[in-house]
Amino acid sequence: MSSPNFKFKEKYVIDRVQFGVLSPSEIRKMAKVTVVVPQLYEADGSPVAGGLRDPNFGAIEPGERCPVCGNTREECPGHFGKIDLARPVIHPGFGDIIHSLLQATCRQCGRLKLPPERIAYLLNLIRRLRRRWPVLARQLAKEIKREAAQVMECPHCGTRQFKIRYTRPIYFYEERPEGEVRLTPINIRDRLERIPDDHIELLGLDPKRARPEWMVLTALPVPPLAVRPSITLETALKAEDDLTHALNEIVRTNLALREQLLGGSPESIVEAAWDRLQQLVAAYVDNELPNVGQITYKRKRPLKLLAQRLKGKEGRLRGNLSGKRVNFSARTVISPDPNISINEVGVPVDIAKILTIPMRVTPDNIEEARKFVVNGPDVWPGATHVYKADEDRKIDLRYNRNWKQLAESLKPGDYVERHLVNGDIVLFNRQPSLHRMSIMGHIVRVMSGRTFRLNLLVCPPYNADFDGDEMNLHVPRSEDAMAEARELLLVEKHILTPRYGGPIIGGRQDYISGAYLLTIKTTLLSKEEVVRILAATDYVGEMPEPAIIKPKPMWTGKQMISLHLPNDMNFRGKAKINAGNLMCGSIDCMNDSIVVVKNGKLLMGVLDKKGIGAEEPQNILHIMALEYGHNTVKNFLDNVFRMFIRVLEVKGLTVSYGDLEIPKEAREKIMKKIEEARNEVRKLIDEYRKGTLETLPGRTPEESLELRIIDVLNRLRDEAGSIAISYLDAFNDVFVMARTGARGSDINITQMSAMLGQQSVRGQRISRGFRTRTLPHFEQNDLSPEGRGFVSHSFVEGLRPTEVFMHAGAGREGLVDTAVKTSQSGYMQRRLINALQDLVVSYDGTVRDSYGNIVQFRYGEDGADPMLTYHGKPVDIDRIIESVRLHKVSIDSRKEVRK
Amino acid sequence: MIIEDNKRNLDSVLKAAEELLPRNLYEELVNKLNEVPNLTKNEKIEIVEETVRDFIAHMIQPGEPVGTIAAQSIGEPGTQMTLRTFHYAGLIEFDVTLGLPRLIEIVDAKREPSTPMMIIYLDERYKYDGEKAKEIARRLEYTMMENILDSINYIIGDRTLTITLDKDMMEDKGATTQMVLDALKRLKLGEFEIDEENPYVINVTLSEKVLPDEYLYDIKTYTNIVDKVKRAYLKGIKGIRRAIIRKDSRTGEYIIYTDGSNLEEVIRIRGIDYRKVRTNNIHEIARVLGIEAARNAIIEQIIDVLSNSGLDVDIRHIMLVADIMTWTGKIRQIGRLGVVGDKTSVLAKAAYEVTTKNLFEAAASGAIEEFMGVTESIIAGLEPPTGTGTIVTGVARSLIRKLNEVKEVNEFEFEHRERA
Repeated sequence: MSSPNFKFKEKYVIDRVQFGVLSPSEIRKMAKVTVVVPQLYEADGSPVAGGLRDPNFGAIEPGERCPVCGNTREECPGHFGKIDLARPVIHPGFGDIIHSLLQATCRQCGRLKLPPERIAYLLNLIRRLRRRWPVLARQLAKEIKREAAQVMECPHCGTRQFKIRYTRPIYFYEERPEGEVRLTPINIRDRLERIPDDHIELLGLDPKRARPEWMVLTALPVPPLAVRPSITLETALKAEDDLTHALNEIVRTNLALREQLLGGSPESIVEAAWDRLQQLVAAYVDNELPNVGQITYKRKRPLKLLAQRLKGKEGRLRGNLSGKRVNFSARTVISPDPNISINEVGVPVDIAKILTIPMRVTPDNIEEARKFVVNGPDVWPGATHVYKADEDRKIDLRYNRNWKQLAESLKPGDYVERHLVNGDIVLFNRQPSLHRMSIMGHIVRVMSGRTFRLNLLVCPPYNADFDGDEMNLHVPRSEDAMAEARELLLVEKHILTPRYGGPIIGGRQDYISGAYLLTIKTTLLSKEEVVRILAATDYVGEMPEPAIIKPKPMWTGKQMISLHLPNDMNFRGKAKINAGNLMCGSIDCMNDSIVVVKNGKLLMGVLDKKGIGAEEPQNILHIMALEYGHNTVKNFLDNVFRMFIRVLEVKGLTVSYGDLEIPKEAREKIMKKIEEARNEVRKLIDEYRKGTLETLPGRTPEESLELRIIDVLNRLRDEAGSIAISYLDAFNDVFVMARTGARGSDINITQMSAMLGQQSVRGQRISRGFRTRTLPHFEQNDLSPEGRGFVSHSFVEGLRPTEVFMHAGAGREGLVDTAVKTSQSGYMQRRLINALQDLVVSYDGTVRDSYGNIVQFRYGEDGADPMLTYHGKPVDIDRIIESVRLHKVSIDSRKEVRK
Repeated sequence: MIIEDNKRNLDSVLKAAEELLPRNLYEELVNKLNEVPNLTKNEKIEIVEETVRDFIAHMIQPGEPVGTIAAQSIGEPGTQMTLRTFHYAGLIEFDVTLGLPRLIEIVDAKREPSTPMMIIYLDERYKYDGEKAKEIARRLEYTMMENILDSINYIIGDRTLTITLDKDMMEDKGATTQMVLDALKRLKLGEFEIDEENPYVINVTLSEKVLPDEYLYDIKTYTNIVDKVKRAYLKGIKGIRRAIIRKDSRTGEYIIYTDGSNLEEVIRIRGIDYRKVRTNNIHEIARVLGIEAARNAIIEQIIDVLSNSGLDVDIRHIMLVADIMTWTGKIRQIGRLGVVGDKTSVLAKAAYEVTTKNLFEAAASGAIEEFMGVTESIIAGLEPPTGTGTIVTGVARSLIRKLNEVKEVNEFEFEHRERA
């Protein structure tokens, strides 16, 4: 479709770009100005003819007509100028190439220093190679160069050759027997001119588009003004672009050199000026070259010249061509909303009024379009612009406030630039965009407030939380962009991740605790509670049969889940709590730690992280997504998970200091363990001091001692932890959270209730600080646990000052590590993407790069899509056997999904 | 349905399945059909058909940008990886680079891993015998004179060099006095003999050639000679710094772990099972066993690193990385000097790392940018040739007429530019 914003329909598309070196005649031909005057402006402020701001460079002021092409600044493409250099200079970018050409060819006759037969043979070879294997052709050229460079006597004319020494980027010396002689650009140009075309080809260059003598400049192109605009400061002074400053220097020096040449100055003075010109031209191309003085502004800031404009992350290529700034996007803080669907995003009204979508007026939607126009730009849902097709005119509703009349005049074919409304699709993104789930399609829901709202279940793919995170929103505006977004990018199409074949969207934290509390055996719900919990979902239907009838009807939490499962679903899996004293091997499980769903009924097992959590392959969500489709999962996530939160509202989940305190008895047990470990360590140290400690093979006695001590102390921490945990109540919420995987781990509980344990830096006990000890609180050379960072207290008890210090040390290491890791892994990922991005599966099932080279004959050796696998396996035969044997129905539903 | 209904029987269905399914899946299917008891024939047919249907539904689609997906799948968990070196699989004797640094090393195709190591399995005769295993380990360990020396003494101006050996170290390393004598013979320092009083002391009389008269009082000459003696080769394989034996608690066999790697030499040692020798030096594998083996090694090592950090990445992504690194027949680095550097596109290379150098080279060689890849296409504002960019959408005239009764539509209206 085309809309007023895309009126520049692709008239021309870039097909190819040919690279080459400009010849002096081309430079002269395209130049509309020859710059000879270093002054920019006359006294009255008008540009000097023949200066760097000559009007012939192209129109840049509004209303100005270009004297060359007659266009205004919108149409005028800008025109190049030139500086005729008084003496030739080396182009610094081609220094390396010139060097290899000088080395490989004869200093006398200019031919490649190889026998004629060999040249003929190689020429044939390289021409054939270049078509199919450009990389190999490049390598061959390098080989030829190396071979020819070693010849010290020309096979054609017999002239003796000398070594060429090259100082980057512009100085060349010939090591003659009488001593080293500098080759001037004139000498070099002479030599390069003599090289025959065929021989240039052998060295990997294109003689038609890049004759080597063109790499020595005799005329310097001057870019048009549009490339180097000047800005007018408030003080009415004009500030010129860096390029203009540098060019100005070149013009001055060139002029001085010319005068010296005309005036017949002594050679040494001419040489000095010539070298200065050479240096300036080199710096003009790249202002960061070695052995070339930088051009600076007022002797301070180095100018940003040609190479600097292209290079680096903010340079033209990476900053403006590979990545661009866009319109129709928004960014603000995110906050949670568990009541919207996972594929929705709450958009603040203020933003909805700025982001717009072009709406083509048709007979069917003309009334709708009129409503938008009548509302104007300030009332949501309104419109900002109207495009009248027959007048070919865009009307801004902010200035033309005759909205009623405009609405009346709408005709099919017009466009209305309308506000974002509920149901539109947008792209939502959180940086760093590490995988494709970092940009997903969401359905707009306009809301009051100033933040984007998103469902908590989509936090895992974005890796988002709400401690101040900001996210970006982009509006697709063309019909095909919107269609693609709906077909490919919607959140529910990314529930499964291609990384490992499993769901990446799913519950975390409170959702897990809620699910657990709802599904444990002890949860029995009264009628009121059932109604309250079910009200969180869109369930419509009869109350299920109560599980218990007397003394009063009661329902189990599992029944609530079953109401929302597809009624032919089967599932079997272990729960996260299936560990420790709740371990169950077989299906005869008294601990409720094996989950069984049969015919859509949750028969046994609690739902915890393994059952409904994010990033847990082969859980209920995964099976549901593969066999019932993403819409089923989406509805399940939208309804059931809201129920889990409601359960917490009913039952409560809270943690206090008391939950972490352990009884005196347990504390005493731990103290005993600590004492034992201390003695053990003391013994080890004694043995070490006596020299009787058994060393580990290949380790020094010191290392052996450290490894042993660390081993003892880590064991101590684990033992203390398990003592503490064994004294915790089964309904203790800290314990519940750790066991179900909602938040926290055994180690966290250990550190809060029992002890922090050994603190380590770089995998070793803390040993640095003062010369012979970690802190002045300890004796010198103290190897005891405390002296080396062992913390025997818990967070509940409180830490001693030295312990706090050690703990902070270990904590700091963690912070530094994360900082280092992000930069390193970011760079690695950039390289991986650059290396692999062209690989695509073709219609014959092979993986090819963009030139058709086959990298894999069958993707992944089996052709399966990792996203659609059961954790790597494309088909789960056991599940198929089970469904075929027991439940014919589910086969039918699988067929349904595939359609 | 794979086969028309009237011809359905288990054999024909299975035959069709064999053609369609990957081999390991087909084998699994056949095994399961045989193992599971009480399946009727019709059920079996249904199972085979459903397996095929499921597999086809789970196949990758043409146009899928698998390269980008692989790169993201390996890169994304990078932030969750560890930075430090750890003991290899419970072996406290070794520190082995794991986590992010090792992963970067692999994709960098570094010539030598920062912590090279080998795992050597023994053949039947030696496997279960601790003594024999130890003997082999000793044969592997590269030992220089330095490792078993107690001291070397000399008096300036005197031609006698007194070498004292460390008995314990010799036993530990499995070196004999004979080895030392052989080594000294090779060094050609002059006459030497074992001391009469102590069998662990050897006296060497330096010859005129090694110590000319004019240097008789030059300390530097003496220290040079001592260094030479210290570095003298006794036994073992170059590059193997240490060899340690571990008994596998499950199989009861002895396995040798080495610090340092030299595949070429190690496979020649008698008594080791050359088919099972592993090393983490990928270039060595490519040199000795070929590029296919190197590809497998890359896959194996990346999996090893990822699983060690507890990360879960589908093997298909890792295979793709290994394939792009090796498909040319040589190991190529992921980066400027390898895969990216070999690209033909000027702009893709310029947008990657060394911008200006690439542009100048392109100019000199008269390169043509054809906008075939992703980066180039984005730069030129073209649709990249991946995903929906690989196909052309068009609307048939007849269809438009039917829908809108529009009369003037010329042939096909292509919304997208056609790509060759």
